[in-house]
Amino acid sequence: MDLGVLWFFIIAFFFVGYFVLDGFDFGVGMSLPFVSKDDTDRRVVINTIGPVWDLNETWLIVAGASLFAAFPEWYATLFSGFYLPLLIILIALILRGVSFEYRHQRPELAWKRRFDNMIVWGSAIPALLWGVAFANIVQGVPLDAGHNYTGTVFDLLNPYALLGGVTTLLLFFTHGALFLTLKTDGDIRDRSRALATRAGILTIVVAASFLTWTVLAYGTLPAFFLAAGAAVTLIASVLANARKREGLAFGLMALTIGLAVMTLFAALFPEVMPASNDPANSLTIANASSSPYTLQVMSWTALFALPLILAYQGWTYWVFRKRVTRTHIDGGADAGAQPVPDAAH
Amino acid sequence: MNELLDPLLLSRWQFGLTTIYHFLFVPLTIGMALTVAIFQTAWVRTGKAHYLQLTHFFGKIFLINFAMGVVTGIVQEFQFGMNWSDYSRFVGDVFGAPLAFEGLLAFFLEATFIGLWIFGWDKLPEKLHLATIWVVSIASILSAYFIIAANAFMQNPVAFRINEEKGRAELTSIWELLTNPVALAAFPHTIFACFMVSAGLIITVAAWHLSRNQHLETMRPALKFGLWSMVISGALTTLAGDQLSLAMVATQPMKMAAAEALYVTSTGADASFSIFTLGTPDGVHELFSIRIPYLLSFLSTHTFDGTVEGINNLQEQYQTLYGPGDYVPIVWVTYWSFRWMIGMGIMHIFVAMVGLWLTRKGRMPSNKWVWKAAVWSFPLSLGAMIVGWVFTEMGRQPWLVFGLLETADGVSPGVTGLEVLLSLTAFTVVYGSLAVVEFRLIKKAAQHGPADTPEADPETGKPLVTTTVY
Ligand code: HDD
Ligand code: HEM
Ligand code: HEM
Repeated sequence: MDLGVLWFFIIAFFFVGYFVLDGFDFGVGMSLPFVSKDDTDRRVVINTIGPVWDLNETWLIVAGASLFAAFPEWYATLFSGFYLPLLIILIALILRGVSFEYRHQRPELAWKRRFDNMIVWGSAIPALLWGVAFANIVQGVPLDAGHNYTGTVFDLLNPYALLGGVTTLLLFFTHGALFLTLKTDGDIRDRSRALATRAGILTIVVAASFLTWTVLAYGTLPAFFLAAGAAVTLIASVLANARKREGLAFGLMALTIGLAVMTLFAALFPEVMPASNDPANSLTIANASSSPYTLQVMSWTALFALPLILAYQGWTYWVFRKRVTRTHIDGGADAGAQPVPDAAH
Repeated sequence: MNELLDPLLLSRWQFGLTTIYHFLFVPLTIGMALTVAIFQTAWVRTGKAHYLQLTHFFGKIFLINFAMGVVTGIVQEFQFGMNWSDYSRFVGDVFGAPLAFEGLLAFFLEATFIGLWIFGWDKLPEKLHLATIWVVSIASILSAYFIIAANAFMQNPVAFRINEEKGRAELTSIWELLTNPVALAAFPHTIFACFMVSAGLIITVAAWHLSRNQHLETMRPALKFGLWSMVISGALTTLAGDQLSLAMVATQPMKMAAAEALYVTSTGADASFSIFTLGTPDGVHELFSIRIPYLLSFLSTHTFDGTVEGINNLQEQYQTLYGPGDYVPIVWVTYWSFRWMIGMGIMHIFVAMVGLWLTRKGRMPSNKWVWKAAVWSFPLSLGAMIVGWVFTEMGRQPWLVFGLLETADGVSPGVTGLEVLLSLTAFTVVYGSLAVVEFRLIKKAAQHGPADTPEADPETGKPLVTTTVY
């Protein structure tokens, strides 16, 4: 197989990984105000993603760096073209990331609330903007002959892209609520389940419209099948949740997000960044990729690294497979940063 | 107004500021991961409670710092594309690979195992849990290697050919890229400097507590540890810096000339090293100067009668090589940053040696000035680190990739000055406020001191492990 094509799939794989994994911790962040009644609840919620949010986010870094190495033109055009949305994503990720670490550093409730808000908004904004960005890539943007983006930031806020943004926002929101149902118990679990059902129904409506639009306007045959698959697993996930099969529901939701991302990549193929003004200016796998030698080096490295990465990350999820409960958190609202003996011991 | 909205100038400010900011946290991450791993190993091997206390105490400071390194690192990764898209197009084929390796082979490990370490105290067997912090430490050092190899390509491009048709550099050998002589010299220098910074933090914290006569049972061994690691890593940094000087002179003679503000090519005793100079701001006229003869010759060539090329001669050479233009970096910046790096560093090795003497055989100095000096260890060693990078990066100017691409040609053509002004303002505001919070939190954690000795397990007699959750 042509190595450029292989790397197109690998990049797609990294973004699938990123959206499936960081997707649920964005969702957990957004669910924070809806499923928790007091500070202990909030700590339970945050601790469900505590050990893994950083590794989930690293999928983005790896996706970005691999894009740089395998498709420098794509990386350059995309990142300079979507300058302001990416800036907002960066700021949101910064504030969200430090909030996990800072919120428990002081016992005052006002201090914690400030960082809780940053977690909520810092999760919601990227969840929305990633959808906007990817929908724009699929739709195509105006590019000049040097592959530089010639539109403005407002051109990025078109109806199709906004629908894409709301779709990722809702998908991640539901994904997070399902994750919480799976990882907590008692009242938080009940509230999360109810939330996942309500959000799930809305997600079905919005995601179905977006995927239909995608297939009709930009679709290929593979994109059609992937989108249909995503629709089926999405509905199945919401049904499974209603029947209290949260493990199954979460797995199906992960599958849905994976299939939805693959739909977008299938709609792109073999272009990577279509030019909406003049097809001659489009970036394709062929004209955006690195030299065969670089792709070869990258392929060997990925072949070596990926099985290892999947193994130790899988193991990490297994180590933290237990539900997080209020008793873990030591009951006190202001136990704060004090080391607490783990009750599950 | 147009001056103000120059995307090139603003992008340079933004890259410089955000990278320096990132690098305020990175050295502590690298240095503290190893330090905490050593303390935890000592605890597992000896079962002495104070090692566990030190592990938790410095572990907490390490984690507050770590979060900032991570979130500011993402900005670095994105900025090449956002602000330097023509640069990315030109070098992506070569430069992207080490960045991707860093993610695949180092960051994933680091981000995964840090989670296991923080949350795994009671979920993993003792030895396995200890292994997780070692993995974090090794991965952080590995990540530094890849990023320095990438940076070394900008200082000394190797392992590439130019593809005229595509207008870019293409990789010819990954091995040659990763064994760039500049990378091989810069890596040990930077890593040992990172250990100086973490040693500086330990000395600062321990001295602060000891001068108040508190937490003696933990802070005495901590001080000893900090002083020894400062002296050892300081000596190694100096040795590695000497090697790096040779590599630099071989690849970028202009940088050494600018480091010494040496305008005229000089040999032997004339190639002197000035400790301090007062002169006109452009460095052309000297008013007063303390000089050590032969030292510059020795630094540059390892001989006392070597020849060191001067700025004027190099400027002429470069004009014939690369065409008309100004190839001289801002001399006062390179001159002073080079001196401050060496000065602050050497001073700290000296302070640490004095400290070791004064605390020999369990003595505790009573002179409060000794303690006051020791408390400055951390800010000064971090300062040396930062000015070292300012020297390296600004001494490379006007090149972005030496001899191949000028900084002005790397900037994103499609990004407007207004956009960059916006992002620069946003980063300045966010980074500025986080710096205040971060500094206060670290200070508070450090001044709070280690928690009391944990209860002992009735069966083994070892202290019970406690776990921290968010
Ligand atoms: C605690 C920090 C520290 C200390 C004490 C020193 N350095 Fe340094 N130096 C750095 C921290 C640093 C650094 C920040 O880590 C740099 C920036 C780039 C690099 O590789 O290391 C650096 C760069 C750097 C360079 C520039 C390399 C280039 O641009 O290619 C040279 C020539 C030296 N150093 C030489 C020395 C010498 C001769 C020292 C002592 C006698 C010394 N450094 C002490
Ligand atoms: C792999 C590592 C690095 C790469 C690839 C890199 C790359 C760059 C680039 C692209 C610029 C912009 C061009 C310019 O303004 O001149 C730059 C400038 C700069 N970098 Fe680095 N850098 C690296 C490491 C660092 C580190 C660790 C620091 C310091 C902590 C640093 C400090 C600076 C500064 C101060 C500037 C501004 C120089 C100027 O504007 O003249 N760099 N670097
Ligand atoms: C000598 C210079 C540098 C060194 C030694 C270094 C090393 C490190 C370390 C140790 C961390 C924290 C560990 C972690 O989160 O996994 C980190 C974070 C990061 N750095 Fe740097 N860095 C340097 C400069 C840069 C530059 C110029 C870039 C831009 C490409 C960069 C990209 C990143 C990224 C993306 C992260 C976040 C990684 C994560 O989430 O795990 N770093 N860096």
